[in-house]
Formats: sequence, C-alpha cells, structure tokens
Amino acid sequence: MSNIFSFSVGKKLIMSLMGLFLIAFLVVHLGINLTLIFCDTTDNFNIAANFMGTNIVVKVMEITLFGGFFLHIIYGLILSIQNMIARPVNYKVANNSQTSFFSKYMFHTAVIIGIFLVLHLFDFYIKAKFLHGAESVIINGEEMHDLGALVIERFQILWVDIVYIVALLGLAFHLHHGFQSAFQTIGLNHPVYTPIVKGLGLAYTILVPLGFILIPVIIYIQHS
Amino acid sequence: MDLTLKIWRQENAKAKGKFETYKVKDISPDSSFLEMLDVLNQQLIEDNVAVPVCFDHDCREGICGMCGLYINGRPHGPDTAVTTCQLHMRKFNDGDTIVIEPWRAKPFPIIKDLVVDRSAFDKIIEAGGYVSVNTGGIPDANAIPIPKKDADISMDAAACIGCGACVASCKNASAMLFVAAKVSQFAHLPQGKVEAKDRVKNMIAKMDELGFGNCTNTGACEAECPKEISLTHIAKLNREFFAAKIL
Ligand code: HEM
Ligand code: SF4
Ligand code: FES
Repeated sequence: MSNIFSFSVGKKLIMSLMGLFLIAFLVVHLGINLTLIFCDTTDNFNIAANFMGTNIVVKVMEITLFGGFFLHIIYGLILSIQNMIARPVNYKVANNSQTSFFSKYMFHTAVIIGIFLVLHLFDFYIKAKFLHGAESVIINGEEMHDLGALVIERFQILWVDIVYIVALLGLAFHLHHGFQSAFQTIGLNHPVYTPIVKGLGLAYTILVPLGFILIPVIIYIQHS
Repeated sequence: MDLTLKIWRQENAKAKGKFETYKVKDISPDSSFLEMLDVLNQQLIEDNVAVPVCFDHDCREGICGMCGLYINGRPHGPDTAVTTCQLHMRKFNDGDTIVIEPWRAKPFPIIKDLVVDRSAFDKIIEAGGYVSVNTGGIPDANAIPIPKKDADISMDAAACIGCGACVASCKNASAMLFVAAKVSQFAHLPQGKVEAKDRVKNMIAKMDELGFGNCTNTGACEAECPKEISLTHIAKLNREFFAAKIL
C-alpha cells in the first residue's frame, strides 16, 4: 500500500495542517512582539523570547514549527511545479473565470515569505543564538539574551522596516486564500460554518499582519 | 451579426498549430455557437479557402459532454451553466472578435484543431468510477431506503457530463472537480459505499499518474462547470480519501 504522501491529496493535507499550525503560531508570536510597544520596558519581551528558546514543551513545538515550515515549503514546491507542467502550452486569452484573486498568486506570495524567512531567521534567530549578536541582560536574577534591544535596534533601520512590511503584505495575501483553503483541503465545507471560517480568515488576514506591521512603524517613529 | 473569429488550427497531434482569422457574416443571434461554426465551415468549403474547422459535438443539447471550446478566455464561453452547444450567439455583440481555443492540458493532447483527446477521463473512470454489480433479478426500488438528502446530493454529482471544462479552466489543469463528482455520486449511496475506499484511492492515484495538476481550491472549475458541480464535492472527495487512508 503506497503511503499517503504519494497522493496529491495527501500532500495537500500535510500542507494545510502545517499551514494551520503556522497560523496558530503567528498569533503567539504577535502576542509576544506586541509587548515591545505596549510595555514600558523590553523585559516582558525578553522573558517570553527566552522562555520560547529554553522551555522543553516549547522546544518540541519549535521542532514541529521548523518541520512544519520545511514540509509546507517542500510540498508547496513539488505541487506547484507539477501544476506548471500540467499545462505546457498556455492559452492565448488568459482565463477570466470568476475565482478567488489571491489564490492565483499563492506561489508568488510564498516566494516573498520565503525570502523574508531566510533574512528573518538570520537576523534574530541565528545571530542571537550562534553569532553572539545580542547583548546579555539580567532580568529577575536570570541572565538572558537582550533580544528586545536587538529588535529595537534593527527596526530603526528604514530598509529593514520596508522589507518587513512587504513580507507581511505577502503573508496577508497568502493567508487571504490560505486560511479558508486549508479547511476545504481537510474536507470541511459546510453551508453554515464555511462562511464563518471565511469571515474569521479575513479578520485574521487583516489584523495579524497589521499588528506585526505596527511594531516596526511605531519603533521607527519613536526613535527618529 | 458579423464576427471575426480567431481559431486555433492544428493539422494533427504532432503538427505545430497557429491561429487563423476568419470572418462570418449575417449570423443569427438566436443560433447556437456550434451552428455559427457550421456556417463558417460551409463557407470554408464553398469558397474553397481552407479545410473545415474540426470541433467535437454530439447531442447538441447539453447532455453528452462532447463539445467544449475555450472561448474568449472561458471554457464554454461567456454564459454560465451551459455547454458550448447551448451557448447562444446573442451573448456576443455585432462586430466582436472571438478567440476560440482547444482545452489546454497535458493529459488532453490535441488531436486536430479544436478537438482534444479526453480518454484520460475514461482511464480515471476505469480505475474505480463504477459499482461492481451482480446482475440478478430486478430488485424492488424501495428495498434499500436512501434518505432524500443523500439522493439529492448524489444526483447533483451525477449531473457531471465529463466535458473537461473544469480541467480547462483550472490554472493547474486539475481534474479534481470531475473526480470529486464521480466519487461523491457513489459515496452518498449505500451501493457505492461497499467499494468506497478502493474507489477513491484508485481514482486519485490514476488522476495523479495521468499528469493532471493539483487542486489549490481556486474555484475556476465550479465557476465554469456547465452542470454547476459544487466545490463541496471536492471537500467530500478529500474526506473520503482521508477516511480510506487514515481510518
Ligand atoms: C516560504 C514560505 C512558504 C511557502 C513556500 C508556501 C507555499 C505555499 C503554497 C505553494 C501553497 C499552495 C497554494 C494553494 O493551495 O493555493 C500554500 C498554501 C498555504 N499556505 Fe503557504 N507557504 C509559505 C508560508 C506560509 C506561512 C508562513 C503560512 C501561515 C502562517 C502559510 C499558510 C498556508 C496555508 C494555510 C495554505 C493553504 C493550504 C491549503 O490550501 O490546503 N504558508 N503555501
Ligand atoms: S465537473 Fe463539470 S466541468 Fe468538470 S467534467 Fe464534469 S460537467 Fe464538465
Ligand atoms: S454536444 Fe453534447 S453537450 Fe454539447
């Protein structure tokens, strides 16, 4: 019996589950980031960020997160390449059927997110963890990386902010289709609940990227 | 109506095709799209300018699924919920230029002009789109009770005529709507449930193997399907697949 990943629908299931996991992760991520602008000091951010870097449960989640990203990206690439091969000769008149606009650009928005992801991980994850890019602080008697200071320092650079904002717009467009699409892929399509899921998806796509975008904008304004 | 037609002409499967431009005059707005092409072909024969344009058709009343042209960027043309043979010329304006292309997908190779080979769909059906019945005496119609709700959903799915417009419209050339309709029509009936697990796995495996693209829930198929097969059937297909694979 061939395994589930050898089927197109099986690969899509993994993609959608990992996508939903990433969607949930981003809410936590945003919550932590917002302490940077809503708290007077960066202490809360540092405590949360270091907790995320050390706690064992979070460690397991971190592996799931990296694994999730990996599978989502790999299968996304495989399926997209197969889709391009499936129509070797294109139409003269491009298709103008009534469809969801952003679903046509999932691959393009994914490339934007992908490029950002590399920069982002290098900037805040690899630098702090392996390259001693962050200073040390002592909060409540515990020594930890001063990630808050690192973030605030980076966000005072205009081009970093612009790259960050472009990436989040890419993410918003990716999720505008992706959020509700994941439910359909899992097989959940219901006359009552699907419109609710679409509404929630829209709210998420606007609020979460907006929340992330506010942070560099406010830090930039405060420090200039 | 006077029209300019830009039509894909291709000698045979191997030949390199190209668009040719033809003009037709005095087309009745009440004629069908295929009748308009009949007029063109008659004219091509009489004027001896080119061999007639090849296009598929059979019933000309929207039930066989043979006809299928990609007209001005939409499978089956600008109207909704109709096949090409049911499309009326009144949906166009006098003086319009109409671009007519064949279905484009790797598993649907062009045979000639606007005719494509859709036997890939037959292969998917052969992989499981049937119920293996033991033919005995005629059973009582009420012997197996089927809830009206299920019968309706099954009937909606069974409306699929296998035209291929879903593949033609999909940006990924995915056959998911077709396969979903064929799986769903049986999955809702007691007779179909017996072989449900093998059916869904085998039909999806065949669809993948033949080189159709993968569904991204874009919804062009649903928008263009002449029988208005709904995306809910694709969700059902996915559920059937997970039930077969995981449970
Ligand atoms: C480098 C990063 C990424 C790549 C290369 C990527 C790629 C893709 C591709 C190719 C698709 C399929 C398109 C479609 O189904 O229409 C997709 C779908 C999706 N993506 Fe991403 N993506 C990335 C990041 C993300 C992130 C960060 C999230 C969530 C926070 C996410 C959530 C989703 C969801 C929910 C779907 C829909 C899944 C489905 O339809 O079943 N993706 N992604
Ligand atoms: S699902 Fe609709 S568009 Fe696709 S083959 Fe069936 S009738 Fe044609
Ligand atoms: S010719 Fe039969 S459906 Fe159009």
